[in-house]
Amino acid sequence: MSGHETHVVGERRWVDGVLGVVAWLVGALYFFPILWMLVNSFKTELEANGPPSIAFSPTAERYSEVVESSSGVLSFTEAFRNSGLVTVASTIVVLLLAIPAAYALTIYPVKKWRDVLFFFISTKFLPLVASVLPLWILARELNLLNTRLVLVILYTAMNLPLAVWMLRSFFQEVPKELIEAAEIDGASLLGQLRSVILPIALPGIAATALLCLIFAWNEYFFAVQLNAADGQTVPIWVAANVSTRGNFIAKLSAASVLASLPVVIAGWLAQKRMIRGLAMGAIK
Amino acid sequence: MATVTFNGATRFYPNTDRPAVAGLDLEIADGELLVLVGPSGSGKSTALRMLAGLEPLDGGQICIGDRDVSTVRPRDRDIAMVFQNYALYPNLTVAENMGFALKQQKVPKDVRREKVEEAAGILDLVPFLDRKPKNLSGGQRQRVAMGRAIVRSPQVFLMDEPLSNLDAKLRVQTRTELAELQERLGVTTVYVTHDQVEAMTMGHRVAVLKDGVLQQCDTPQNLYHHPQNEFVAGFIGSPAMNLVAITPDGAPALAGVELNLGTADVDQTEPITVGFRPESARIGSTGIPGVVRTVEDLGSEVFVHVVVEHQGASKPLVVKTKPPFEAKLGDQVHIDLDGPMHVFDAAGARTATTEAALR
Repeated sequence: MSGHETHVVGERRWVDGVLGVVAWLVGALYFFPILWMLVNSFKTELEANGPPSIAFSPTAERYSEVVESSSGVLSFTEAFRNSGLVTVASTIVVLLLAIPAAYALTIYPVKKWRDVLFFFISTKFLPLVASVLPLWILARELNLLNTRLVLVILYTAMNLPLAVWMLRSFFQEVPKELIEAAEIDGASLLGQLRSVILPIALPGIAATALLCLIFAWNEYFFAVQLNAADGQTVPIWVAANVSTRGNFIAKLSAASVLASLPVVIAGWLAQKRMIRGLAMGAIK
Repeated sequence: MATVTFNGATRFYPNTDRPAVAGLDLEIADGELLVLVGPSGSGKSTALRMLAGLEPLDGGQICIGDRDVSTVRPRDRDIAMVFQNYALYPNLTVAENMGFALKQQKVPKDVRREKVEEAAGILDLVPFLDRKPKNLSGGQRQRVAMGRAIVRSPQVFLMDEPLSNLDAKLRVQTRTELAELQERLGVTTVYVTHDQVEAMTMGHRVAVLKDGVLQQCDTPQNLYHHPQNEFVAGFIGSPAMNLVAITPDGAPALAGVELNLGTADVDQTEPITVGFRPESARIGSTGIPGVVRTVEDLGSEVFVHVVVEHQGASKPLVVKTKPPFEAKLGDQVHIDLDGPMHVFDAAGARTATTEAALR
């Protein structure tokens, strides 16, 4: 591209340039640890623990080690499967509960709908640490300790308020006349939801689902407190590598890369949808 | 097909003291096209939405046929509505949009398709049946919205300013088509508009609303020639009727020229308002003296805006005349009256109509 560059009226060129450089620097600063992790994951332990260098022959051995090893109670693949199951199951339950709730709050709001919304979000005010003891006792009494079910329940509870808030704002973008038209056309509540609202709000629902998936996938605190053994998830497995073994930086990097991969891939795939979803309020 | 009856129907919006629609009484005959017209905030759309069931009633009742539908859900009222912005389902094709209501009624697919194609034929939509609404022009979208309504063969059509999003030329054309279609289908129709030309040309009868109160419901001709009050007189007709308030000061006079109110029994101690339409006045050599302010030459007719001095203030009047008419800004002219003149009392009600003449 050459020729004329478009500038904001009144903006000075050198300010643009300086701001651009600063932005890139900050961006690089943020990205550096990830790059470091990525590079280390392809090194041998010796190289990874030695002075930092980019002159090395990349090897995928650490990855096969990670996939085959069982550092804690479970193997990495088992932990991976646990994570996937808990994440997907909790997200499905969240959507099943949050969609009708958000729909009701948008279309037929109760009188005190503001209070209801505030109540939802207020459940996130309490420090997690404060709730962990009662939760642990409850889980123990219900024989749910060290099961995947307890995490599905907790992650559902954790993501539900957020999902209701997000979905409500997306549903509000659906023109009211469309719902009225469907109502006059004889569609039942479920029919209106299924054939009018959901198709239109789909990008928003995708964005919500993705955030729930990411939050559930990354969750560490509940998992470590209530489910550190049989039902281990990936974050626990990765952390277990740190605490129980010596200096295995390269292997740990490989495990971390693998742990991040699903989130990165999901984010990549959903990027367009998600941005459209998150920007739904701004552009028509 | 059915009659529609509003029986003291009232609606208060939450947190308001004044009703949006106050004790509306209306009887709409089977097959009639009734237009609800009024300025914004007059309650015309609210009245329509009450009939649709989209607004609850706070008093009175609404009947479709013999059935009191006041508390019936919109989907059980057997009505079809055309929205101002059409409210087409963006994710469905034209055919799916039009067949949506039938699908909800569990009408078999082949019957549905037959009915959709029939309606599409009437509305020239056959080539577009597989398109999505976003790939249609404004006029086509409007027709799809119409199609969605007629496919159902409902008891009543409700139309909420269905032409206001079309450009002027298309609006006039669609206006005629819509009126013809309604005539042909014979479905009772309630049509909301703020455009009084639309109201006058389409309505079998026109109901004029103001501040939620029905002012007059009558044929377009009666509204024009026999307005019941000052508001209707001023609202119907374009340009508007010349309305001049006269404070009691001897015999009623307009800009110092005494009016001949004929047999009208006018209390000379009460303020009155007289009204005459632009076509009831003409520019002559005698009569009320005034100064030309603007001349609007529309080709087929000319509207001359004249400012007269009436009871110590400048009062603009409009006179309709035939072309050719030549006048310059500031020209001294005289206005003579030779059509009907309405007399309204202090409360705005019409008390008399006389053959206007200057004394």
